[in-house]
Amino acid sequence: MRLSCTVNGQRRDIDVCPAESLLFALRERMGLPGTKNACEQGECGSCTVYLDGVAVCACLIAAGQAEGGDVVTVEGLADDEGPHPVQQAFAESGAVQCGFCTPGLIVAVHDVLSHSPRPTDAAIREALAGNLCRCTGYEKIFDAVRSAAVRMSAEGKRR
Amino acid sequence: MTATWAGQRARPGTVGTGTIRADAIPKSRGDFAFSSDLYADGMLWGATVRSRYPYARIKSIDFSAAAVMSGVRCVLTHHDVPGRNRFGLEIRDQPVLADDAVRYVGEPVAVVAADHPEIARRAAEAVAVEYERLDALTDPRLALSGVGPDLHDGGNVVAHHRIRKGSAEPAADVVVRGVYHVGTQDQAFLGPESCLAIPALDGGVELYCSTQWLHIDQDQLADVLSLPLDKVRLTLSGVGGAFGGREDLSVQAHACLLALRTGRPIKMVYDREESFFGHVHRHPARLEYEHGASADGCLVYVRARILLDGGAYASTSRAVASNAGCFACGPYEVPNVSVDSYAVYTNNPPCGAMRGFGAVQSCFGYESQMDKLAAELGLDPVEVRLRNAVGTGSAMATGQRIDGPAPVAELLRRVRDMEPPAPADSSTCDDVLMPGGAANTTHGEGVRRGVGYGVSVKNICKSLGYDDYGTARVRLSISGGEPVAEVHTAAAEVGQGLTTVQAQIVRTELGVRQVVVVPADTRVGDAGTSSASRQTWISGGAVRAACEAVRDRVLRIAAATLGAELSELWLADECVRSERTATDVPLAELLGSTNVDETRVFRHRQTFPLDPETGQGDGHVAFAFAAHRAVVDVDTELGLVRVVEIACAEDVGRAMNPPAVEGQMHGGIAQGLGLALMEEVQVVDGYIQNPSFTDYLIPTTLDMPPVRLSILEIPRDDSPYGLTGVGEPALLSCPAAVVAAIRDACGIDITRIPVRPEIIAGCA
Repeated sequence: MRLSCTVNGQRRDIDVCPAESLLFALRERMGLPGTKNACEQGECGSCTVYLDGVAVCACLIAAGQAEGGDVVTVEGLADDEGPHPVQQAFAESGAVQCGFCTPGLIVAVHDVLSHSPRPTDAAIREALAGNLCRCTGYEKIFDAVRSAAVRMSAEGKRR
Repeated sequence: MTATWAGQRARPGTVGTGTIRADAIPKSRGDFAFSSDLYADGMLWGATVRSRYPYARIKSIDFSAAAVMSGVRCVLTHHDVPGRNRFGLEIRDQPVLADDAVRYVGEPVAVVAADHPEIARRAAEAVAVEYERLDALTDPRLALSGVGPDLHDGGNVVAHHRIRKGSAEPAADVVVRGVYHVGTQDQAFLGPESCLAIPALDGGVELYCSTQWLHIDQDQLADVLSLPLDKVRLTLSGVGGAFGGREDLSVQAHACLLALRTGRPIKMVYDREESFFGHVHRHPARLEYEHGASADGCLVYVRARILLDGGAYASTSRAVASNAGCFACGPYEVPNVSVDSYAVYTNNPPCGAMRGFGAVQSCFGYESQMDKLAAELGLDPVEVRLRNAVGTGSAMATGQRIDGPAPVAELLRRVRDMEPPAPADSSTCDDVLMPGGAANTTHGEGVRRGVGYGVSVKNICKSLGYDDYGTARVRLSISGGEPVAEVHTAAAEVGQGLTTVQAQIVRTELGVRQVVVVPADTRVGDAGTSSASRQTWISGGAVRAACEAVRDRVLRIAAATLGAELSELWLADECVRSERTATDVPLAELLGSTNVDETRVFRHRQTFPLDPETGQGDGHVAFAFAAHRAVVDVDTELGLVRVVEIACAEDVGRAMNPPAVEGQMHGGIAQGLGLALMEEVQVVDGYIQNPSFTDYLIPTTLDMPPVRLSILEIPRDDSPYGLTGVGEPALLSCPAAVVAAIRDACGIDITRIPVRPEIIAGCA
């Protein structure tokens, strides 16, 4: 079947099988493997993307559900000036180890900070509870969120 | 105590400075290629047919229905393995594809290649395997006692290690006994097993994969594929975590077999459920302990009997059982020791390496005993540990004298003396941070706080006479008018930050700014494994040695060119500097088009096998130590635990990249907390009950408390830059400390991890 949608600002028209997830379509049919496949059942958050402005697990979305939709993946967050402040904060805070959870967390943190520019520590913990990380124990991820919040408010950036 | 390394200025990106990982931005942008992200034109997808039974004879395999499905290109069984149909790290006892029998649920029986992963999966389901079921042996105690079928030639005892030291009948004033259990933990690395195998024109194969040790994969694959080593070429792709779970082969042999048969690139990726069947787990353990002490709390003897369930195949069970035995007494002075540690074959899932490697299981046993001893004597738990803690010069249970730093007492004092966290106060504490979390099960009623301690020891590097080494090649050339150093090893970056450390070492030794770390592959010599907290020590040592050789050659070139004495020249700021004439010659000018290329091998000091009867001997390169303090809030009515804080102190010798050292400690603590409270692969009659992240729980942001670290840097005199391994220690005594804190909070005995709520609530 045919799928037409916008991904990272570009119109895409591709063929997908009916059973394929949005995650599979992004990774294997659109050449966007940045969104990760760690559990494929919505538990780990590694495949978090925006669909029509809402952060979702791409593994739980059938590709066909994105028909006519607007998808933004981790590959779509940086701009011509460089990495997004959230990406920069993750790198500089030591929040990246193996990096497999990182793309999903980047999108999730981006989403958190777009709704809540200066979240409390408890709010950060609650907001990221759906994103598993096996390497970092989350400490430096929290550092990165706090750092990104400061950077984004300094830059007047919400998205 | 912070050591400074004489003569080294803190230039950015050098050893000891906080250095941002080179892969951090690509990983944050989604641009970093993990093994599951790879693609090749014309590639097919592989899928695996797996055993449904814990133990069965294979009567027939009929893949005719699968083979004719549209889009299916190939189905292979054990008949199609051209070489030796066995692999394994210690004993090659595990079939690549099962031949006569299957010995665990999930054992690979056949593999399929198809145009689409879903077709491959359906074809795998369509392969009809006729089994004759056999009585499964799933109780490790029965396996040890000799009851039941022999699962392999030579019986079911994979390993039995003895340690005998001092008197066999020592007299003690106080005796405490306990039997403890540790559940099966999964590494739960987030990046699933995956690879891309590409058939090569010379009849060989190019394999891009996630592994902890390229050359041991290559060695096993060459035998399986019946190819010479130079036709099995491996390149490390992005590895999504490892923690021991990538020491054994998983997809590698299957993908290579399919690629060589079809002549097409083969991609294999496990999903999470398959991953639980696709790699070894941490050995579940049963630990019987008896500790005897004098009335003043000094240990007189330790007797222990440790049984590890190795599952269906050997993997690293011998070494894990050895480690469990060697460290069964912990970091304590014990004059009289009698330890037996065993690993057995059963029809449970195979177990092997996981972070801590046998030392984690023992630690829960001996630290539970130390708390019991303290209670018996009416002593403070910290005090009883301090009275028995080893130091430099002490003898371990194996009789080996500790000749390096052993600041056990200092580490323990550090965590004890940290400011305790604020008391629980439901009026100020967010409910999600109470026991039960977002389930909102308490506002503080029935909640009690507890504090517990643990200290631990583990060997760093490979032990018992193993000839362990690493190889590095460093090449200095001039590119675009600037010196560029290229460093090439086969050492696996699995997330720990090794590539960054290699670049730091090169910047430190050669004084150059531009360093390129070439992807790890088998074109360069063996690096050994990214395990045993050894890789920064060993491959770091090799990189430093190669840099020294490069520097020596550069200075010789300079001496000849400048007519100077070698002794008056040194490298600094991308120049050769002459002390006598106070002149700088830029490397770019000196080298021109000359490349300086050196390869060196680094070995740690020799170790020796232990005496088979007494377990005495100099078996280990080095010992590392950690101490933990856990503070918990326990809802005693519901048995729910909220860990309020974990403090950890560790001696790292030298923090090569301080944020990365902290990251290793944070991650180890999280995995230790998981083992204490929630992580268990539940196996019933050989069947895994919870192969998903829905049912196998790992700590989330809400489970992890704030963590406080205290990092000592006492330099070793036998390692590069004085470092010691940091990958494992921060996990070791974390579970013991958490459980001690729970006992302290509710006063009940807990003998098993992970701790279940019904045990705490007293309704089990």
